[in-house]
Amino acid sequence: MTNHDPAFNPNITSVPVREARLGSVVAYEGTAADLARRSRDGSLRERPRTFTEAGSCASSCAICLLSLIPDAAVVNHAPLGCAGDFTQFNAVNRFGRVKRGLPPANAHLLSTNLRENEAVFGGLARLEETVREAHARFAPKAIFITASCTSAITGEDSDSVAEKLEREFGIPIATVACEGFRSRLWTTGFDAAYHAILRKIVKPPRERHPEKINVVTFWGEDVFDDLFTPLGLKANPIVPFAPIDEIARISEAGATVQICSTLGTYLAAGLEERYGVPEVKAPPPYGLSGMDAWMRALGRTVGRQAEVEKVVARERERTAGELAGLRRELKGVRAYVAAGSVHGHSIRAVLGELGIEVVGSSFWHHDPVFDHRDAAADSLLHVVHNYGDTPVSICNKQVYQVVNQLRRLRPDVFIVRHPGMAVWGGKLGIPTFLVEDEHFGLGYRGLLRYGRKIADAVSNPAFFRHLARHTRLPYTDWWFAQRSSAFLGEER
Amino acid sequence: MNAIGQPRQFCALGGQQTVAAIERALPIIHAGPGCSNKIFGALAHCNGFQGSGYAGGNAIPSTNATETEVVFGGEQRLREVIDGALQVMDGDLFVVLTGCTADLVGDDVPAVVAEYRRRGAPILHVSTGGFKGYANWGHEQVVLAIIDQLLEPAPRQERLVNVWSVLPYQDPFWAGNLQALGDLLRSIGLTPNLLFGHASGGIAAWRKIPAAALNLVVSPWPGLDVAQRLEDRFGTPWLHQPVLPIGAVETSAFLRAVGTFAHIDVEPVVEREEARFYHYLDRSADFFLEMRWDLPSRFSCVADSFYSIGASRFLANELGLLPGPQFVTDNPPEEHQATLRALFETLPGKPAVHFTQDSGQIADVLRAAADADHHPLILGSSWDRDLARELDGFHLSVSLPANNRLVLDRAYAGYAGGLRLMEDIYTGILAKY
Repeated sequence: MTNHDPAFNPNITSVPVREARLGSVVAYEGTAADLARRSRDGSLRERPRTFTEAGSCASSCAICLLSLIPDAAVVNHAPLGCAGDFTQFNAVNRFGRVKRGLPPANAHLLSTNLRENEAVFGGLARLEETVREAHARFAPKAIFITASCTSAITGEDSDSVAEKLEREFGIPIATVACEGFRSRLWTTGFDAAYHAILRKIVKPPRERHPEKINVVTFWGEDVFDDLFTPLGLKANPIVPFAPIDEIARISEAGATVQICSTLGTYLAAGLEERYGVPEVKAPPPYGLSGMDAWMRALGRTVGRQAEVEKVVARERERTAGELAGLRRELKGVRAYVAAGSVHGHSIRAVLGELGIEVVGSSFWHHDPVFDHRDAAADSLLHVVHNYGDTPVSICNKQVYQVVNQLRRLRPDVFIVRHPGMAVWGGKLGIPTFLVEDEHFGLGYRGLLRYGRKIADAVSNPAFFRHLARHTRLPYTDWWFAQRSSAFLGEER
Repeated sequence: MNAIGQPRQFCALGGQQTVAAIERALPIIHAGPGCSNKIFGALAHCNGFQGSGYAGGNAIPSTNATETEVVFGGEQRLREVIDGALQVMDGDLFVVLTGCTADLVGDDVPAVVAEYRRRGAPILHVSTGGFKGYANWGHEQVVLAIIDQLLEPAPRQERLVNVWSVLPYQDPFWAGNLQALGDLLRSIGLTPNLLFGHASGGIAAWRKIPAAALNLVVSPWPGLDVAQRLEDRFGTPWLHQPVLPIGAVETSAFLRAVGTFAHIDVEPVVEREEARFYHYLDRSADFFLEMRWDLPSRFSCVADSFYSIGASRFLANELGLLPGPQFVTDNPPEEHQATLRALFETLPGKPAVHFTQDSGQIADVLRAAADADHHPLILGSSWDRDLARELDGFHLSVSLPANNRLVLDRAYAGYAGGLRLMEDIYTGILAKY
């Protein structure tokens, strides 16, 4: 895998899916060390899962990211059910704006509302009408057209509409190949969104701003000023809540850092490849070891090693006392973590740093490599080296597998980051929490915040006790007698 | 204009939540990987934070179609998932719902499901490809599929009444509303068969549908096709009450209509309940009279057929408010729109009625109707908050999507429901100051 094609090819409209580009999988059962080894030696293979519960799709990831760009509009070329997550993403937009000090506002989203007529006779006229409406209604600086299963199966040339109206309106209009059936990895939707951004929005650098650091994020609180200001750097969180003109100039930054390479791998690699913006290749900034490594890699990339050492020393010193107290308080706590790929590794690192035993883990998918192929950013390898081996299930958010394991392992706390999964730990009576803000546990102070959160979660299990006593799980006794991997076939 | 901003109906796969509302019934989704979750998010999570419940949300079996199923067909994948579901999931009834991929590719889902039925599995199928219709249509397809594929004639039970009213999950208050309608029917000596929600009896209750003496459609139009189908198949008579009864005026009218049909004297119940209802109205009259300078003088419902009609009649005919423009957001078929218009025309001032779920059109009309001297009251969805603020008005979410409220068992139907609606509207107004 060392000799690979460039990550980003501006001449194609559809981003290659993760299973083809990175060899990503959604099924694995084993241990972190084995998974990390097989990821690096290229022997990791997908296992078919015969029984499956509802997943997520690429269009959600794409729509979510793009709808958080305040002066863009998103046209979802789809039947109205595909707009089912508009409500949720609008809520994310409102909360996120408030967190970043902006007034709450509704996201600029429109559905083409494809019906039987368009499914049979074609929906290009409907698409054109809707893009025109988006332009008139929102006066956006860019329009993204997100595909759906229906628009893709009917196989029409949405790009022709985009090109025509782009000329007419004089703003970038990009199609986004995020139809759900294209990829088993819903995270392909992030790549599809970034591909559109790299193709249509980002401009070649006119000048260089070495102090500006692109931080690829979701919607979390902006926690970077504290860390970056002493280094003489300025955090530039992208792409949520960044205006189009700002995104156009991310090619001028001094470097790109990742909070979660699951999210930003494609964008960061594309920026490095095409515009020479170096990507900081490091494990994610969670847990002391991850944070130190991330800060030092940043320091090396931008030539601020001495300043970084000062911040690392200062922050370690500042947090040492409280961290020691938390470690004492949390001694003996057994945890299970379930989250998206790299962020799951990050939570696992936080738990390891706090001295919590991780009895099991489920990550939704696994990317054996990122687009840059550099092992320095291998977050799984990082946690194995620093915190030891852990049982790992790559489960594509399958509740039946997670519940099977939780019921057997009976952890003291179930830590989740993805909507719709937490409740299944709660129903088992396990103190469970979800932290939506991906920056909550970031860095030195985040580690303490996360530790206190866990201590709180295990201190009063009243709610979970009542819930478990009065709930019934929808799974058969037969299932609970099986291994959680019973429906995974042979590697292919 | 066909584009839709800020959708309020979503697609036919919404029928998945209808299945989830039947006790121990489980949907199996044959669709793309994100469809089920998007529908759950739209109709449940972001609508009063109705949750996964027994086997909803991420626990819903789904084929998560990939390119292979789209190119080569998905029947084999469907068999894999049904096989697994029958082993893993603990349920009494499984309903296979198809999404766009399966319906466009043309998988023979009835044939696959028939294989399992021959082996005795309790499983049905329904075609709910998203492009075929909206969520209320999907709901009806599920109900009709169960009627057609599951029900057998049963001996008549004289006081048993099937209730076809608000749509599960699509109405954020459906659980409470159905319980309230059930309580009203019990209060006049009938036995309601509510079919959806807590303690509604699951599949056993559905099997009793043919035994009922009456199908009661408490709905502007959804459910009429169901009642007709049941008359055709089992000869059951039906009664149509187009207004979701909120407050005393409409609830008493509702009880009298049912009483007349069932030959029951409902007057003692009406008298008792009205006395209670008006006791509280009377006791709070100071508030309404003394706060009048600050209260809304025009209201607009931006809601599905149930609430746009039910709430507007309550606000106009019970509370004496004046209607502004009204909006019906759940796409009633053409043939029902005249009936709905007629129900609005009997309101004071004969308000204009608009059939649209697009927020752009709704905002245009409401902005044009704005009057600097009036504070409009908007009974709508969580989409309408910013517009209400812009127009210096008041707002309450009653209709899909309501993601700024937590809803447990609140009901707006019935006498008590009217009191709840007053509490919620006016508490919201007071909270603004």
